[in-house]
Amino acid sequence: MADHKGTWWIWKIFWILLIITTVEVVLGIIKPEIMLTQLFGTAILNYVFIILTIVKAAYIVQVFMHVKFENKAMKYVLYLPTLILIPYLTFILLTEGSYLFQ
Amino acid sequence: MASTAEMKDENHWGGASRPLGARYGKLMMWFFLLSDALTFSGFLTAYGLMRFKYEKTWPIAENVFTHFPGIEGDQPLLYVALMTFILIMSSVTMVLAVNAGEKMNRGAVTNWMLWTIIGGLIFVGSQAWEWYHFISGDSGAVETDHAEILHVYNEEGERLSFSQLVHGMENGHASNHGETFTKAEVLAALKANEAYYLQEPGKAGEKFDHVASVNFLEQGDIVQGANMTHNEYGRKQFANFFFFITGFHGFHVFSGVVINFVIFYNILLGTYERRGHYRMVEKVGLYWHFVDLVWVFVFTFFYLV
Repeated sequence: MADHKGTWWIWKIFWILLIITTVEVVLGIIKPEIMLTQLFGTAILNYVFIILTIVKAAYIVQVFMHVKFENKAMKYVLYLPTLILIPYLTFILLTEGSYLFQ
Repeated sequence: MASTAEMKDENHWGGASRPLGARYGKLMMWFFLLSDALTFSGFLTAYGLMRFKYEKTWPIAENVFTHFPGIEGDQPLLYVALMTFILIMSSVTMVLAVNAGEKMNRGAVTNWMLWTIIGGLIFVGSQAWEWYHFISGDSGAVETDHAEILHVYNEEGERLSFSQLVHGMENGHASNHGETFTKAEVLAALKANEAYYLQEPGKAGEKFDHVASVNFLEQGDIVQGANMTHNEYGRKQFANFFFFITGFHGFHVFSGVVINFVIFYNILLGTYERRGHYRMVEKVGLYWHFVDLVWVFVFTFFYLV
């Protein structure tokens, strides 16, 4: 934390988040034809949205919430449960949920 | 941070070692946020499950949230984009407050905390405004006796509001503007225009011919607005999840504003100056960023995807 001089690093993240959000909104409004191609059950555009969201989330957690500057043990304590449990929950619910169609 | 020499110290098991390098309060805030993150992911995956189930007729968010204050007509995504921007901005002012706190700069902490609180209040207000429009409704819809929602279309495939249907295309508005209609009025207008028909909402909603449409309305009823049991935009589950997820998030924002205000008040009183550190600002900062983080996901899965 002490390695930060000034506030430029905060504003850098602000611009990154703003630009990503703008890109998302513009894509959401125009919905380019080429990105509506289906891939594994949903449009490519949706993958783009999800990836951009995870990038945004990573910047918020890493920089704004300071996880980047925590020690290794703390990083594991925070990342392992979320990165294992949330994908697991999503996977199991959507897989089991697909039986609702039958 | 514990040095190697300290680790070998006989006091290692007596509390001298700090394996996570974080203080108690901050650690407990993080544990709370982890459990809250799992709660929110539970809600969002449940939303995904329902959406997969009703994929063809699930309402498209851009056709639901189309209002922007002071502008007439369709403005998809614009308002929610502004809300996202406000929340990101207030997250930035919060980091600036934490940063100023580390430097023991009381004036700057006060200033940035105040901006954070203002940003949070604007966000909660915007959400209330969006809820108001969602609840009061837009175009109106027909609900069949099997609780299926159908929308009115004209011969050119344009979605009609009840206002346009009853008062005619020239005199009606694209939105009902709070005007309420009776089933008899809507039915008479639908019968009179033989080219008009009903269609299910969503990406691949089924179209019905004029005769079937009139029959649906005769058997069913009209819906204006949305609540937990009837929803003019489509599936009632859409409204349920909307109220529940954005409501739960909005409650987090509201509590965040209250907690931020308590901290702000303590900064004014000089509590942290006397304590010699601004760690409380850092702790509420974590909570506030988490609220922003959740919104990033809600924005994607509710409005974009």
